[in-house]
Amino acid sequence: MAETRKRDTAASAQAVGTFLQVETDPAQGKPPSSPGELDDGPLIIAGKEFGSRLIAGTGKYANPDVMLAALRASGTEMVTVAVRRVDLSGREGILHVLDPEEFFLLANTAGCSTAEEAIRYARLARAAGFNDWLKLEVIGDPHTLAPDTPATLEAAEVLSAEGFKVMAYTNDDVVMAMRLEDAGCVAVMPLASPIGSGLGVVNPYFIREIKRRLTVPVIVDAGVGTASDACITMENGVDGVLMNTALAAAEDPVAMARAMRHAVQAGRLAFRAGRMPAREIAVPSSPTRGMLE
Amino acid sequence: MDGHIRVHLNGEDRDVPAGVSVRGLLESLDIEPDIVVVERNREILPRGRYADVAVLEGDTLEVVHFVGGG
Repeated sequence: MAETRKRDTAASAQAVGTFLQVETDPAQGKPPSSPGELDDGPLIIAGKEFGSRLIAGTGKYANPDVMLAALRASGTEMVTVAVRRVDLSGREGILHVLDPEEFFLLANTAGCSTAEEAIRYARLARAAGFNDWLKLEVIGDPHTLAPDTPATLEAAEVLSAEGFKVMAYTNDDVVMAMRLEDAGCVAVMPLASPIGSGLGVVNPYFIREIKRRLTVPVIVDAGVGTASDACITMENGVDGVLMNTALAAAEDPVAMARAMRHAVQAGRLAFRAGRMPAREIAVPSSPTRGMLE
Repeated sequence: MDGHIRVHLNGEDRDVPAGVSVRGLLESLDIEPDIVVVERNREILPRGRYADVAVLEGDTLEVVHFVGGG
């Protein structure tokens, strides 16, 4: 509960690092260890290991072949899928293309706008028989697709009690992120910016703060537009990033997926490497002594 | 219609043969039972029961599956 959560930001900042280390204690922002290599171990959510910190959506691709090639190029091991009515006129579901042995399926509640509706979709998804994981998403505003956080929290409490492993999409609100963790979510997924916007991380301070304050993995979900966005996301110390439109709507989704794979790894490595403090003053890189008379 | 009952299937009214099982209904629609989930009158029907459960007049059936999504 709240008492046991990391409240001391000065101490816990060490586990996060600071992307822009301005006006902060120099003792903060040290990486957990010196990695030296790209592979810093798996992403672990609810005890399950994932070799990639990139989670990919499967919507909006021009065709299934491009989707599959992009997913493979991204290196992802976990992909989101949505629950919808079977089209009785014969359109096939995604499992005709996607092998659940190759990609871990994370069903979502996309399109739901109430807790009750999300709970209904979650139960249908679990009845499909693959796993009891869920990307919980309750949309509160159709214009911004911003999450309805009270409804998300309500659904998270019910579904966690039913044994679902809930990864909750939420906004960049540190208090709600803590409440979702308390509700039993196995990961909390604040947005970088609105779904499908490609605006990148609009609120890096709160993304870092959420990471500092939570014990469960923090996955930034939504808003990444290109590789630099994914890199910046990871440089902020979060555990992973979930993206869909950035891949599906790229002119060449497969090439963008390769870029994203590298960007996520680069951002993670840069975070672990521990960046230099940013300062608004020039400091020469070469010795000032030893210049000729 | 003689020998038929009317059900509400995925938002559409449909006439189906009286006495048909859920499994029989899915097969008649060319739907693979193993990759869908059926909700009957707001209750999820376990897959193992598709063959035993008869579709009844006035049933509301939702047949769902996974599609691409983010």
